[in-house]
Amino acid sequence: MNKYETIIGLEVHAELKTKSKIYCDCKNSFGSDPNTNICPICMGMPGTLPSLNKKAVEYAIKMGHALNCKINNISHQDRKNYFYPDLPKGYQISQADTPLCENGYLDIMVEGKKRRIRITRIHIEEDAGKLLHDNSDNNSLIDFNRCGVPLIEIVTEPDIKSSKEANIFLDTIKAILKYIDISDCKMQEGSIRCDVNVSVRPYGESLLGTRCEMKNVNSFSAAVRAIEYESKRQISILENNGFLFQETRRWDDSKGISIIMRTKEDMQDYRFFPEPDLCSIFTDDETIKRIKSEIPELPNDKLFRYTDVLCLPYNDAVLIAYSYDKAKFFDEAVKLDICSPKSICNKIISDVLKYLNESEKELSETYITPQKLVRVIKEVENGNISNTSASTVIKLLMEENKEPEDIISERNLTQNSDEEFLLDLVNDVIASEKKSVIDYKNGKKNVLGYIVGKCMKKSMGKANPVKINEIVLNIINREE
Amino acid sequence: MLRNKQCSAVEILNDVNERIDKTENNIGAYLSFNENSLLHAQTIDELLAKNEELSYLAGIPIAVKDNISTKGIRTTCASRMLENYIPPYNATVINKIQDAGMILTGKTNMDEFGMGSSTETSFFKPTHNPHNTDYVPGGSSGGSSAAVAAGESILALGSDTGGSVRQPSSYCGVIGLKPTYGRVSRFGLIAYASSLEQIGPIGKCVKDVAMLQTIISGYDKYDSTSCAHKTEDFYKLLKADVKGLKIGILKEYFSSDINEEIKNSIYNTLSILKKNGAKLKVVSIPMSVYALNSYYILASAEASSNLARYDGVKFGYRTPEYNNLSEMYIKTRSEGFGDEVKRRIMLGTFVLSSDYYEDYHKKAKKMQAVISNEFSDILKDCDILVSPTTTDTAFKIGERINNPIKMINNDFLTVAANITGLPAINVPCGKSSKGLPFGMQFISNKFNEQLLLNTAYAYETYIDGFDFGLKLD
Repeated sequence: MNKYETIIGLEVHAELKTKSKIYCDCKNSFGSDPNTNICPICMGMPGTLPSLNKKAVEYAIKMGHALNCKINNISHQDRKNYFYPDLPKGYQISQADTPLCENGYLDIMVEGKKRRIRITRIHIEEDAGKLLHDNSDNNSLIDFNRCGVPLIEIVTEPDIKSSKEANIFLDTIKAILKYIDISDCKMQEGSIRCDVNVSVRPYGESLLGTRCEMKNVNSFSAAVRAIEYESKRQISILENNGFLFQETRRWDDSKGISIIMRTKEDMQDYRFFPEPDLCSIFTDDETIKRIKSEIPELPNDKLFRYTDVLCLPYNDAVLIAYSYDKAKFFDEAVKLDICSPKSICNKIISDVLKYLNESEKELSETYITPQKLVRVIKEVENGNISNTSASTVIKLLMEENKEPEDIISERNLTQNSDEEFLLDLVNDVIASEKKSVIDYKNGKKNVLGYIVGKCMKKSMGKANPVKINEIVLNIINREE
Repeated sequence: MLRNKQCSAVEILNDVNERIDKTENNIGAYLSFNENSLLHAQTIDELLAKNEELSYLAGIPIAVKDNISTKGIRTTCASRMLENYIPPYNATVINKIQDAGMILTGKTNMDEFGMGSSTETSFFKPTHNPHNTDYVPGGSSGGSSAAVAAGESILALGSDTGGSVRQPSSYCGVIGLKPTYGRVSRFGLIAYASSLEQIGPIGKCVKDVAMLQTIISGYDKYDSTSCAHKTEDFYKLLKADVKGLKIGILKEYFSSDINEEIKNSIYNTLSILKKNGAKLKVVSIPMSVYALNSYYILASAEASSNLARYDGVKFGYRTPEYNNLSEMYIKTRSEGFGDEVKRRIMLGTFVLSSDYYEDYHKKAKKMQAVISNEFSDILKDCDILVSPTTTDTAFKIGERINNPIKMINNDFLTVAANITGLPAINVPCGKSSKGLPFGMQFISNKFNEQLLLNTAYAYETYIDGFDFGLKLD
């Protein structure tokens, strides 16, 4: 039994998808040739001055609303001073004492239970460039395209208690960023990253233990691994009567270990001071209200609606609600008012999600539409195709831009529900399976499946199995 | 004369160039010259011949301090760090003077990154005072003031962070204006202390200065600290009239430390203004004595951050030999910066460090607010404030370079205008028995440069023009 609890605080950085950079007119886009989206301003050439992109402020306030923060009417920008080759000015413009948003919270669902994680602050800042190390000639190159890309930093209180909670928190943050449409959230492009603060303490202890900050955590799964490693490392030091020191560590995901970067003694002094080149950011109540009105229904609200209003099973509802694409797809399908939410949910979970997982594709990368899915479900409900065929149709609809009806007829998937045809078929089979009928009457009820199977086989799979089942039962029970 | 076609832009430029040929060896006002100046002057003459509408300063030569970015022309800040730096863009003021058709003569010498009061901290060379070449021209815009005083340019641009336009103008006997903070775009001005500095005009007569100030003023979307305040035409609104003008004499700035000759000369000036209808009153700003302390803390703090970009990575000087990143940084910055710059970077780094931030930077910020309040209170009762610009006339080259405290005290009378953001002007006011000029300083309310220029213009008119006592043959 573990005597220790792990306490985690997160600092999440998300790149905002504004058209231009935060302090100049350069394009904000990923994947351009190195050093093509740059200008004297984001390069920090002598004499240049920043001018704030108001869109970045709006996006940050949007996130502030989504995380239930207080939005500050007056907020300031500050310089964070440190030397690094990817930082052209020798300082990063960030926010120190007065961030745009403060004192919020995010409720996350952990095994069906609500856990409230407090949000300390959300502020805006500029991203740095990227160092490219060329091992062949011992040189380092710098790509400044990312310099000046707007970021928000979301800082939590130390309210997260496990790697699992951290993972759910990060997934929820990512979902919200998608919902309010302010970030691409592409992990592989580094558009969302996090620093992890971990400490441990014996259960029942109210004071926080000595924390370590871990940098270079480049994915959510890496965050989970880093937290687990770090908490084990700290517990084992305490168990062996050792001392923990406040330090910054670097997470090496390939080796699965954290390595010390610097101790408290040589912590960087960032020498924050008010950025003299920029004015205070004034945001009036009207603007704050306007931005709030633009926030759509968020994942938690959706989840509540799905489970409590639409009566979907919790586990299914979570899978849909926390994915912007899937929830949008689901909501549109429900809105058509042709099929029940429950049947739509079932098909999304059983067929759509299965295909996405297997193909490692995003929903947006497939051809299926809510209209098409609903039409497939309707075909099943009308008895025109079987559930098995429906799965085939859905898979094909995702792969190709086709109509469900065309696939059904091309593949000859229609099942026969014609009463007369089915009655003849069943009578034929029963006539040749007298023994089985007697067995059934003697109580061997599982013979029913055998007889239905025989019917299906005789119809070459075309018969409607539900109807066959009904007819067989009728006939057998009648034959007293 | 240019407008009436009594002379051409090329002739004016030739005159200036002749003057440069004759005196520049002894003065050393310039760090580089604009190779295309003659071409520009010819273009202006062609436009004039076609009777094109041109600004009133079209064709007039102007020298520009070497911390203002000029596209394609070396801009060094008089530092080894930027010895070979050629900006890829123009400062906003450069675009403005070019649009006005002014002819850039060249880039002028200065104290390294504007840090100094004598132009002696320039990495390249000292500049000599045209009135006596054994003396400094003041600084940091010493090259610009000397160029104008020596006739090596008609007008000049300097920058004033703590007195860097007004003090050398006083030492060189010319007019220098520090505009209200936010009046002129700083975009392209290589930063020393961003929250304190402004680009300002230097000239020999008030009309010229008023014209240049009109051209460079105005909001710039590339400078968030520039103000949307409406800019009038200072030249057209010039009025030689001080009737009813309430002049406050700043008590603390006439202390026993000030050269008696300067004080007496200013009293004499004030009596002329009084005779013409001005009302005089002695006023006190007790906290102004702390302006210098606050100034050095705030300016150094900002400088330590502004100069962080000179790290040898992207542009400017990089040490030839190093084994790792941190050694590259240390050697580059140790070799690339001069002593005064290093002194201020160290001071600034110290006052911003987390252990001392509250004691120094925060207190200096508070003092800045207190001093600003005192000035704005006084300026409710007075239209304009007067003081000497400098405690004394120019000192000899080499006399103070090894005494940083004494050098810093030079700025005692000028820093308050930077701390408060108020506009201030240096107006020539006489010459000492040693034959060195000195000036007086007028300070007015924010965005009231017009009143400064009017008062200076009135004085200039009453004394029938300034006597520069420099024979410009």
